[in-house]
Amino acid sequence: MTAPLLDIRDLRISFRGRDGTWAEALCGIDLSLEPGKVLGIVGESGSGKSIAMMAFLQLLPRGTRVEGSARFRGEELIGMAPARIRRIRGKAIGCIFQDPLSAFNPVKTLGAQIVEAITLHDRAISNRAALKEAERLFELVAIPQPARRVRQYPHEFSGGMRQRAMIAMALANRPDLLIADEPTTALDVTVQAQILELLADLRRELGIGMVLITHDLGVVAGIADEIAVMYGGSVVERGATDPIFYQTSHPYTAGLIGAVPTLDSRGTLQQIEGTPPSIFSRPPGCSFHPRCPRAGAPCRIETPRLLPQGDTACACHFPLSRLEPVT
Amino acid sequence: MAMTTPTTAEVAPRRRFDGSRDLWRRLPVTAKIGAAMLLFWIVTVLTVSLWPLDDPLAMVGRRLQPPSPEHWLGTDALGRDVFSRTMHGAIWSIPIAVVVVACAVIIGSTLGALAGFFGGWSDSIIMRLVDVTVSFPPILLAMAVAAVLGPGLGNASIAMVIVWWPIYARLMRAQVLEKRENEHVEAAVAGGAGRLRVLGVHILPLCWAPTLVNATMDFGQVVLLAASLSFIGLGATPPSPEWGSMISEGATRFYSWWIAFGPGMAILSVVLATSFLGDGLRDVFDRRSA
Repeated sequence: MTAPLLDIRDLRISFRGRDGTWAEALCGIDLSLEPGKVLGIVGESGSGKSIAMMAFLQLLPRGTRVEGSARFRGEELIGMAPARIRRIRGKAIGCIFQDPLSAFNPVKTLGAQIVEAITLHDRAISNRAALKEAERLFELVAIPQPARRVRQYPHEFSGGMRQRAMIAMALANRPDLLIADEPTTALDVTVQAQILELLADLRRELGIGMVLITHDLGVVAGIADEIAVMYGGSVVERGATDPIFYQTSHPYTAGLIGAVPTLDSRGTLQQIEGTPPSIFSRPPGCSFHPRCPRAGAPCRIETPRLLPQGDTACACHFPLSRLEPVT
Repeated sequence: MAMTTPTTAEVAPRRRFDGSRDLWRRLPVTAKIGAAMLLFWIVTVLTVSLWPLDDPLAMVGRRLQPPSPEHWLGTDALGRDVFSRTMHGAIWSIPIAVVVVACAVIIGSTLGALAGFFGGWSDSIIMRLVDVTVSFPPILLAMAVAAVLGPGLGNASIAMVIVWWPIYARLMRAQVLEKRENEHVEAAVAGGAGRLRVLGVHILPLCWAPTLVNATMDFGQVVLLAASLSFIGLGATPPSPEWGSMISEGATRFYSWWIAFGPGMAILSVVLATSFLGDGLRDVFDRRSA
């Protein structure tokens, strides 16, 4: 087994509420990613999936309490000095954001922005060489006419092309890890498929490790090696992609899978009743119990721990057994 | 049977913003008039010494003559040509307005941007300083500062910068506070950009539109305030043909209306011009607040 590229241990994040009390947005998660692998993090809004990634890049607002450990290539990122983390951001760890229009500076050409991304980490390179590199990156992400496109502004690009440009920018410094925060949410379905295909190609060709954050199980199904399902600030189920889908243990995961429309499904789509809890009013015990069809007495008292359950690890007092058909 | 015109209309390709010519095309007519008036005054400042005018400081005719072909705007109490003095007055008023607005914009925008970007202590200190300054009526504060420093246009300019910078600090702070929440700023940070680079490259270039509009409009206001200070004797000292002090001389001789008429119209035209131009620029750059 190789050393993990990213190793998160017991990461906790708390925000201070209006009344001065601390609320835990992330209740101690463990995640790890090996070089060149793809980890999909799935969860509803507010489950803590994005802030977990922002936490170790130190992108959270000041006044947020971050505890625990996140090691990248063996180096501890939590509490790292700002000058050092800056050399990792954009260099060894590239980021792709949800909305490719608002993630670009509207008054600079895309080429200039990629040149900036390159020269930030490589003082020696000339602007001309960096622009050539930008063109090469555009070619890599299959943007037609790269020489012309690098001279254009973000508003001159279509949504899908913009997301490609963002991926090109994230790849500018040949990172080892790519964090994609809802990379396809702002795109329509066909473009979404193209972008996912592109990400899969890049992973194959460049051997980049990826963390793919999404609320859409369908997005990670085809590309991820491992999946972590998050709910209410905790990882509720974790495992390789296939067992997550076919040997689901956690009722929440089962609910998510049941809520994905398929072509041959009949009747109304299943849904998970209710809404996820606010971080300021988490229920005691398992945070999913108010919405869980299988909840029993212990669920209201004791928070379940993440334990091996068949081929996945699952945090549930009453996991679905492997023999039981997934509803 | 009537021929119908072909329905395939040529659709002109949408042009990219190609700089100043495009800007000029998009300006409303009033703004163009304003720009022309302003241009007139700037040309006057640069070339007035070459014009075939009477010496503004010399007594070239009899005292208090009404307008005539010889003296277009008559002569003042000392027999000086009012038209010549009005034109020469631009040499004082216009450059002072340029310098005062430039200094106010630079000082105010810098402090405002720092306050908005860094927040916390620096924000509190700078913005309280702004609050204290704007709590005084502007003319009163300018008068007080000018009175302490002593009369003279240089001191009056310093007084006006002190009165004006807080406006730009507030404008810029508000812009920076808004723009720094943009996702591209976070993306820049995630790309490894340092704080000053984020501020200078990714935030400030998006923030200057309201400042530009305001600076254009304030240009006229500064001319007006400079004249006001001179009017009450805190600006230009007597022999110089400054608009405010000329009006002050004319104000004591009400029946020789032409003495104040020339400089008065000059001030009016500058204020109107900048107001028109500023409005037009706002329509082009900053549509939301128009």
